[in-house]
Amino acid sequence: MSILQFHNVSYFKDEKYILKDITLNIEKGDFVSIIGPSGSGKSTFLKLCCHLISPTSGSIKYLQKDLMDCDPAELRKNIGYCFQTPHLFGEHVMDNLSFPYLIRDLATDKNRINLLFSEFHMDMDLITNEVKNLSGGEKQRIALIRTLLIAPEILLLDEVTSSLDSSNTDIVENAVNSLNKAGITVIWVTHNLEQSRKFANKIITIEAGRLKSVDITGREA
Amino acid sequence: MNTGSTMNITSLLFASSLVFVSLIFSYSQKLKLEKEIVISIIRAVIQLVAVGYLLNYIFGLKNILFTTLLLLFMTFNASYNAAKRGKDIKNGLLISFASIASGTMITLLILVASGSIKYEPYQIIPVSGMIISNSMVALGLCYKQLGSNFKNRRDEVETKLALGAEIKTASVGIIRDSIKTGMLPTIDSAKTLGIVALPGMMTGLILAGTSPVVAVKFQIMVTFMMLSTTSISSFMACYLAYRNFFNERKQLK
Repeated sequence: MSILQFHNVSYFKDEKYILKDITLNIEKGDFVSIIGPSGSGKSTFLKLCCHLISPTSGSIKYLQKDLMDCDPAELRKNIGYCFQTPHLFGEHVMDNLSFPYLIRDLATDKNRINLLFSEFHMDMDLITNEVKNLSGGEKQRIALIRTLLIAPEILLLDEVTSSLDSSNTDIVENAVNSLNKAGITVIWVTHNLEQSRKFANKIITIEAGRLKSVDITGREA
Repeated sequence: MNTGSTMNITSLLFASSLVFVSLIFSYSQKLKLEKEIVISIIRAVIQLVAVGYLLNYIFGLKNILFTTLLLLFMTFNASYNAAKRGKDIKNGLLISFASIASGTMITLLILVASGSIKYEPYQIIPVSGMIISNSMVALGLCYKQLGSNFKNRRDEVETKLALGAEIKTASVGIIRDSIKTGMLPTIDSAKTLGIVALPGMMTGLILAGTSPVVAVKFQIMVTFMMLSTTSISSFMACYLAYRNFFNERKQLK
């Protein structure tokens, strides 16, 4: 079943096409890797997926429903997005971890935080830390945990391991892989072809704003 | 020393020699401000003389409707100036007018109801002038801060939107920061009243021969009303204006 369908999607900004005529289907449970040179439109593709921007032309459907007919805030609660440069707000780590619960009027689930902290090899003591005292790797993992506290249907990752060392990269890769095994659809923008081949069942190449190829790797989704 | 009641034109003309001090400075330091200084002085004299005669006429009318219309005119002018500071804000004039009018109305209502002032032109117009101009400055600061915050803190807002926050939740930090920016000058000046400077209104009363103790009472009232109006206007304007930075699809513009 298609979870996201792009039909002739173009995005035009500053007098040029960032993306042009993108048509593709992403199935529920897919692990999609998006590759392509810098400035090819990969991040724009992710922003379109979670409706942080709207297509200039064409349509995007989430579970058969046009994104333009969905409430944007409700939609984004089901589509988690991790930016390349994580932004942690507030003073403390806990300000970030309580935010997903706050916007849903739910009580903070400490057990869920515990579970994700152990999955991402994080020390629970960090919860009380000030954001400014965290390392780059810790910030990225906290941002991922914040996105995953209330499990999304789709997880969008924008080069989240590009500035991490190999051990942090392994932790993130393994955690994301097990989330995908648990049924979350993953769309991961990366420069690392080896990473793509290792985890993705679909590799999408975007060049100069156009869909160049969709390769099925043979890995089971 | 001449007081307000005895000051004559000769004394005023003699005092105008002070303008030459700034002209000499400008000329000797090659600041090229001579023309600006002369124009500003001519404008100030013409505007003040005109307003003096106008107020004299209005105070004599004692007409509630006319006084109210004048207040609306003052509010409109202040709103127009404040809106110029918020170029990113659509309906800036309307938002400013609603905010300044609300702040002024609530404050005046309390002042009149408490018996601090009477709804008569000679009291309402100068008091409203102070309130409205203070709100105008506060709103200008609020809009400037909103604009720069939505530019500099774009990542924070986008991160919150991506997590599923409504635009108000995503912007609340920026809104609060902007309200604070609008209110701080009034709070700071309240803190230093009597220590750094004697405010214009109080100085005016003392120069006109009022006892300093009575002048202080009025100044305390003015401080209360400035704080109240600034907070009401800044709060309203920021909460009405932040939506302008988003489109109907809850995306940052």
